[in-house]
Amino acid sequence: MSTYRRLLFLAPVLVFTVVAVYFMWGLVSERDPRAVPSVMIDKPVPEFALPPIEGMDGPGLTSDDLRTGEVTLVNFFASWCLPCRAEHFFLTELAEKYGVRLVGVNYKNDPLDARNFLAELGNPYRQIGADADGRVGIDWGVYGLPESFVVDGAGRIRYRHVGAVDAHTMNEIIRPLSKELAR
Amino acid sequence: MRALVIALMLAVAGPVVIAPTWAVQPDEILDDPVLETRARALSKEIRCLVCQNESIDSSNADLARDLRILVRERMTAGDSDAEVKAYLVARYGDFVLLEPPVKPSTYLLWFGPALMLLLAAGGVFFFFTRRGTAAAPIPLSAEERKRLEALLDDGAPPGSKDP
Repeated sequence: MSTYRRLLFLAPVLVFTVVAVYFMWGLVSERDPRAVPSVMIDKPVPEFALPPIEGMDGPGLTSDDLRTGEVTLVNFFASWCLPCRAEHFFLTELAEKYGVRLVGVNYKNDPLDARNFLAELGNPYRQIGADADGRVGIDWGVYGLPESFVVDGAGRIRYRHVGAVDAHTMNEIIRPLSKELAR
Repeated sequence: MRALVIALMLAVAGPVVIAPTWAVQPDEILDDPVLETRARALSKEIRCLVCQNESIDSSNADLARDLRILVRERMTAGDSDAEVKAYLVARYGDFVLLEPPVKPSTYLLWFGPALMLLLAAGGVFFFFTRRGTAAAPIPLSAEERKRLEALLDDGAPPGSKDP
């Protein structure tokens, strides 16, 4: 049998191996197949000006607040979002223990519910903007809560995390990235 | 009696089975029927990112409603279909369109199946034309023929071949 024939017999095995490796990677990696990658990475934050939550003091949140030269973690949250409760602990850690500048966007939340949520769990946000109709969320490409964005000092979005911030995300992604962007 | 029962079941089930599904609420419907029809048609091409296999026209998710209202707003403001789509793609990426655009990163997606079909067809073609001519059998020598006869007749009493 010629070498060419031998190689031809290997072709199905090669195709199978390539496909099998791809499937194995899909099974083993931690990627969420439903996660939609953000198209806003490296783009400047969309322009917005949000009032504070009704009944709370504070300046609200505007896009100018994200261009102060400091790295900011923007967290979209609401009281009706169950994973937001879970990630609250880690957000508090990031803000208080690791000194990350955390601001919040209260997405489509009744003001009373939002105030109760913060009163119950604590308020780790330096500023909060109330996005009552969700339009600002749409401008950021938010499609489900919670979502967190790492914004650099110049107001460019550098990273988006879909879902609750957990220990792994906090330690392996957000903290190192914030440190790197702050340099 | 049976026919009556069946007819009754069909009368109840029929409308449910053939009714089209949509999630548009009365307060979203535009006053201009032409614009509303355009909005419905475009909505059917936009993916609800929460459900991900439904269009915003048929999804009951909150985000779908927000996007339906947004589509109608942009259309009322004068945007063309392409502009509305571009507006959404700028925020959510190509995945928000139910039909992915044809561009270099999606060539494999669009042309992959046809390519696979061609490869498979090629493989089948080569498999069937590879047979070629089998070499003609070398005739048996006289000694080999005698051995063959002996083996065929050897030890088998007449009539006992089949059990």
